[in-house]
Amino acid sequence: MNLTLFVWRQRNGQEDGSFHRFELQGVSEDSSFLEMLDLLNLQLVEKGESPVAFEHDCREGICGSCSMTINGRPHGPKRLTTACQLHMRNFSDGDTIYIEPFRAKAFPVIKDLVVDRSAFDRIQQAGGYISVNTGAAPEANSIPVEKDLSDEAFDAAACISCGACVAACPNGSAMLFTSAKVAHLGLLPQGQPERSSRVLNMVRQMDAETFGGCTNHGECQDACPKGISIKYITRMNRDFIVANIKRGLSLRGKMQSQ
Amino acid sequence: MQLKLDSKVPAGPLEQKWTKHKAHMKLVNPANKRKHSVIVVGTGLAGGAAAASLGELGYKVKAFCFHDSPRRAHSIAAQGGINAAKNYRNDGDSVYRLFYDTVKGGDFRAREANVHRLAELSVNIIDQCVAQGVPFAREYGGLLDNRSFGGAQVSRTFYAKGQTGQQLLLGAYAALNRQIHAGAVEMHTRSEMLDLIMIDGRCRGVVVRNLRTGEISSHIADAVVLATGGYSNVYFLSTSAKNCNVTAIWRAYKHGAGMANPCFTQIHPTSIPVSGEHQSKLTLMSESLRNDGRVWVPKAAGDKRSPSAIPESERDYYLERRYPSYGNLSPRDIASRAAKERCDAGYGVGPMGLGVYLDFSDAIKRLGVDTIAARYGNLFDMYANISGENPYEAPMRIYPAPHYTMGGLWVDYNLMTTIPGLFAAGEANFSDHGANRLGASALMQGLADGYFVIPYTIGDYIAQTKSAAVPTDHPEVKAALERVTRRTERFLGMRGRKPVDHYHRILGRLMWDRCGMSRTAQGLREAITRIAELREEFWTNSFVGGSGTEINQELEKAGRVADFFEFAELMCIDALDRNESCGGHFREEYQTEDGEALRNDADYCYAAVWSTKEGGEGHELTKEPLTFENVELATRSYK
Repeated sequence: MNLTLFVWRQRNGQEDGSFHRFELQGVSEDSSFLEMLDLLNLQLVEKGESPVAFEHDCREGICGSCSMTINGRPHGPKRLTTACQLHMRNFSDGDTIYIEPFRAKAFPVIKDLVVDRSAFDRIQQAGGYISVNTGAAPEANSIPVEKDLSDEAFDAAACISCGACVAACPNGSAMLFTSAKVAHLGLLPQGQPERSSRVLNMVRQMDAETFGGCTNHGECQDACPKGISIKYITRMNRDFIVANIKRGLSLRGKMQSQ
Repeated sequence: MQLKLDSKVPAGPLEQKWTKHKAHMKLVNPANKRKHSVIVVGTGLAGGAAAASLGELGYKVKAFCFHDSPRRAHSIAAQGGINAAKNYRNDGDSVYRLFYDTVKGGDFRAREANVHRLAELSVNIIDQCVAQGVPFAREYGGLLDNRSFGGAQVSRTFYAKGQTGQQLLLGAYAALNRQIHAGAVEMHTRSEMLDLIMIDGRCRGVVVRNLRTGEISSHIADAVVLATGGYSNVYFLSTSAKNCNVTAIWRAYKHGAGMANPCFTQIHPTSIPVSGEHQSKLTLMSESLRNDGRVWVPKAAGDKRSPSAIPESERDYYLERRYPSYGNLSPRDIASRAAKERCDAGYGVGPMGLGVYLDFSDAIKRLGVDTIAARYGNLFDMYANISGENPYEAPMRIYPAPHYTMGGLWVDYNLMTTIPGLFAAGEANFSDHGANRLGASALMQGLADGYFVIPYTIGDYIAQTKSAAVPTDHPEVKAALERVTRRTERFLGMRGRKPVDHYHRILGRLMWDRCGMSRTAQGLREAITRIAELREEFWTNSFVGGSGTEINQELEKAGRVADFFEFAELMCIDALDRNESCGGHFREEYQTEDGEALRNDADYCYAAVWSTKEGGEGHELTKEPLTFENVELATRSYK
């Protein structure tokens, strides 16, 4: 198939970028979207031009490296599918395709389609764990977990940290991402001791990273390649309120005892 | 130069070796630990777990990964599960049985003591992961579920749907994040290790290139751990992530580290077949599918009918036919070769005849679509996405693909390479899988190394070693920086006509044809000659544009492909030297009448450890004899 591509080119974070037009011929319908870009890059390099930088690694939809918006949609038109798993048979011969980086204030562009998503790491560093040192764990089956609860925690843990939710949100909010991480651990019995401090610390970091707030558009859930539900946002809001109340009570408790 | 190999396997009965060894290790006093530093390269299961655990212990840790986040390491893509000898199913499993299955599965080419330790630690891994919040599959009673995997007759595989790797890595990543937050681990993302710093015969640090800014920097520590994964991408098309490479361990080899059994590569039987020239990688369909899927080809060669039109009586379930006791759950090397045999004989299916069916219709009839979807839904979706076919209605078409590399840096019992101070963990070492790895054992080994072996053995090394401070202007530091700068400039000066991928693809095809699922002496000799020619062409005719001070993915690839070209030659030399068939290494000259691998224990019961010859040109072999005191060297049979 033959395609007209408009690809966002930007040398670095300081310079402005713009769409560049490319005519690409002979794309196989069986190739993935990234293999289509490989073909483009092959031709660019053979002409001595600079290839389009894009982030990718596993190409199996699990590492979360892909970070491109295709025709206005993070990861492209197919639901529940990352860009690397999107195949060209979902497009038609003669199509025009716009390809740009995930756009959000908290994800500055580094080059072409590559953005800086280190804010996600910092949110998790702020509290996305259960504090258990290596070697300190009890026998695994001494902690039974209700199957439904475990399955729900798994559904939240399926998040691949790609950032499509942020890119899809008109506010550039990271609520879906953060809430999935909070829910994964907060649903499990192992995660209870730190449930309050976790949500408070992670939300504080999320706010510090210049992500916007949630105003219930639901675009994040729609764009999520792993089908993470916005019910986790509700859950996080509730945990956050409860944690704040608890903190208030414990502070008051301390004040009264002094 | 000839290596002096001391495996440092502790004396005493097999089941007491690790316990006794730990009990006699030298310790570093808690207050002194913070004066010692460790560098960990790679943040997959082995590296992430090691960095986190070392941070918890109080060492100053620097961790490096070339991804934008440690969570993206390729351990994330492991699908099926992780083995552990918990015997929760009461089906007769034990540490000994897991040990035995692994030694046998590896075709008796692994070190007994290491494998036994792995089996012992398997149970601690599951405990650790559950405590971290890894959402393993559970039964309605709330306890952990298990499934079966190839090469075993017990159900000992723990899993989290089809994304066990991601869930385990998120556990290690969370532990790592906790240490980063605590200031115990300094994390460097987008940083690729390109050289080692050697001082007085010890490894004392690394040189890394920041892939975002191009800055080349040196980092010093008391010990260095390479947890940089495997080298399946030498085949270009493999199930590895696109950026997986041999560079870190090859740089270590260049400094004198021994490379063990580089020809031991695993070709996984169930990958989605190649569909054309555009293809950039292959996608695995988890081995767990063979729990419920049945593998078959038509009984008539060249039968072009659609699978549904082929009646039961005209189907050849060749794994069940050839290996009745293990059937569809035969080990990977055996299942792969059996698929190749059928396809080579003209019974293959699909457009190019390079495919066999993996059929779920019986299981769907027996269990219903919902159960199958709950077990394998994400894998079925992935298959449908890539192939455009619906596996609920028609059988999957699958074909073997390069997947894992059992070979790697030689390490002693403490996971230290032949270079003092340089350790290797996970797929980067050759430690535990012999000539063939069993399914669900890679995650087990990565985490055992990272959580439970390295943190002990590094302490023992540090406690016994005096490491003088290294100033940043030390001549060896400057020399290492200079080497990396010069090499980077050399790549940036490549002004030929072809992208580096062009040569990587040709090299990969050559390796697949000559050093892939089956090998011959003649084919390997031809490959060695051809690799040298191709390497020459690569260096004269590749093009790398752009600069060294920005993201430059062509530059990154050029360095990796250059190393693959050197490493590929050693793989072929190793394969040529091993005049036997064992595990994933199948030499056509050495097979039984019915096409099974013919091992030669009299002459080849050793780990082949290669090193660079004095002066840097050519390779030299040192043998580590393998002795089996606890299992009998037997012909491997799954019939």
